[in-house]
Amino acid sequence: MNSFLPWLLWIAVTIGLIVYFAFRLQSNDQSLFLPGPTTDGHYQIELDCQACHTPMMGIKEQACLDCHGADLEAANDSHPKNKFTDPRNADRLEKLDARKCITCHIEHRPDQTHEMGLTLPEDYCFHCHEEIAKERPSHENYGFQSCANAGCHNFHDNSALYEDFLLKHLDEPDFKPNVTLPPRRDLKAELQEDQLIEFFRPLTIADANHHENLESERSATIEDWANSSHARAGVNCTDCHATLSESGQTLWTDTVNHTGCRDCHENETKGWMKGRHGMRQSRHLAPMTLGQARLEMKPGRHHESLSCNSCHESHAFNSEKAAVTACISCHDDDHSRAYFQSPHYQLWQNQVSTPDQPETGVSCATCHLPRVSRQDPDGTVRFHIEHNQNWNLEPNEKMIRSVCLQCHGLQFSIDSLADPLLIRSNFLGRPSRHIESLELARRRIEKTQK
Amino acid sequence: MKRVHHRYKNTIKGLLLATTSALVACSSGSSSSKPATQSGVSPQTMADALHAVMESDRTVYTKKVVNRLANEQNIIKASEHWEDDKALPLPAQMFRMGAEMVTEKNVGFTYGLLSKWPVNKQHAPKTDVEIRGLDFIDSNGGTTPFYGEEELGNQKYFTAIYADVGVATACVKCHNEHKDSPRTDFKIGDVMGGIVIRIPLNS
Repeated sequence: MNSFLPWLLWIAVTIGLIVYFAFRLQSNDQSLFLPGPTTDGHYQIELDCQACHTPMMGIKEQACLDCHGADLEAANDSHPKNKFTDPRNADRLEKLDARKCITCHIEHRPDQTHEMGLTLPEDYCFHCHEEIAKERPSHENYGFQSCANAGCHNFHDNSALYEDFLLKHLDEPDFKPNVTLPPRRDLKAELQEDQLIEFFRPLTIADANHHENLESERSATIEDWANSSHARAGVNCTDCHATLSESGQTLWTDTVNHTGCRDCHENETKGWMKGRHGMRQSRHLAPMTLGQARLEMKPGRHHESLSCNSCHESHAFNSEKAAVTACISCHDDDHSRAYFQSPHYQLWQNQVSTPDQPETGVSCATCHLPRVSRQDPDGTVRFHIEHNQNWNLEPNEKMIRSVCLQCHGLQFSIDSLADPLLIRSNFLGRPSRHIESLELARRRIEKTQK
Repeated sequence: MKRVHHRYKNTIKGLLLATTSALVACSSGSSSSKPATQSGVSPQTMADALHAVMESDRTVYTKKVVNRLANEQNIIKASEHWEDDKALPLPAQMFRMGAEMVTEKNVGFTYGLLSKWPVNKQHAPKTDVEIRGLDFIDSNGGTTPFYGEEELGNQKYFTAIYADVGVATACVKCHNEHKDSPRTDFKIGDVMGGIVIRIPLNS
């Protein structure tokens, strides 16, 4: 009997482990299977393995493009996959298979990960551009590790760095005169005539069609709404708080989430779900809490979770508060704290303290949730607020065209974004770094014109 | 100068015959089915046909769109940075965008535009066949294409290279004046580069 005991124990332990792993595999918490820490860009969704992996833990290459493909296309990606599928590049692919995102960006490898989630040695440009100094003698003394980290080139997005763009923006002043920022979205201009009759009939407290049992102590809420842009635009209580039952009956709901906001603010909600604040909801995970943030946040608020209302107070929807106060109420890093000493904040104060002041202030949102124009097929230019903060944040040269150039010259913008200390001080002072790319471009054009 | 590639012909014919036979076998119940005839398209014939379409479209875009609107009627510019400049894409860009879209469709052939005097140095000839082919079409003034075979990434290819001739002022003016162009004396009718078509071959 004693000789069977170890075997019985072994079988029992094996079965137990199988049951345990099977249970964990099926549960919502799959942290047990994480092979290592995930990058800042993906850690929020790291427990949704299926977002990036096949059921057998292979890598879904398409998953990268599902989330990042549209941005790459919009940025006119300098190295798209289809540049490398030509057979004449077969020898290059043996050195660096640039057809696949995971050649350069491997997850769960923090010890090999550089900025931008790059997991290759930083001199990777060498593989295809080894002879660049022959074509551009001015580049002879630059190391290949400096191509993409010296403010001159990016692998994907060079929309503000390509040579002819530099030439077009030579000799711009550091501070452009008489600048005003793009206008807010004009919803009225986007609606048809019959929609205009329904919306944009300003509403008052007497018009509020709230639930009949709404408690009297909520009158402050109704007052907030009556003073809000929603009431001014004719958006009534039930436009957000009504839901349809299975039988088609309209029911009142106290809870309004981003799906309700999306009905009118589609582009904003889409962006929010791609950004750091809402990406978990895009994968049907519980909303992000402040405790999950890797950036420094204000203490004591770790359990608060994020929704549209975190920044846009429900009912008041004060966009000025959403543009600064909301950000600073959570973010507690050097850059955020330094904002109140910055020249950008002075401009913002001027704007908000002066009635009918044109849009000359620079809030957190001006740079991190910029107003983006999009031309519809009918030629109409429409603006929306880009709520995906990473859209123009990393690499930070992506911010040049969408934000900086509205007020500053290109040289000043490139130099400023290449200066980490200036960024930390929230641009208090002048850049201490100088990027030579504009001068190189000027010298080359002068030489070819001789 | 045209070489007949019997081996390729036989390979493709064999494949087509097998496929056709299978289809005939599947539809043998139909009284209307006719016996399959042996037929096939050689890589060279296929490349020649593809090139005829490419060259025609490219000439039409260059002459009837870019040269007319940008050079003759001065209505709109053509620019390398056509999105930023709200301009027409250059003919070479138009051609390349089409080639990239075809590649994405994975239909069994690829094509591109190369030159011994490329504005973008990545488009200089690189493989032995490309170097010999561009020299060949340049030496004969574009009258005869070059056909060859090469192995790239463990795959054999039939490679055809056709002369890309400057057909309008827009072509030669732009290349002669471009700051990155290594040659500035192009004239209309000159061979400015080559259209390279690759068709994979069964080993």
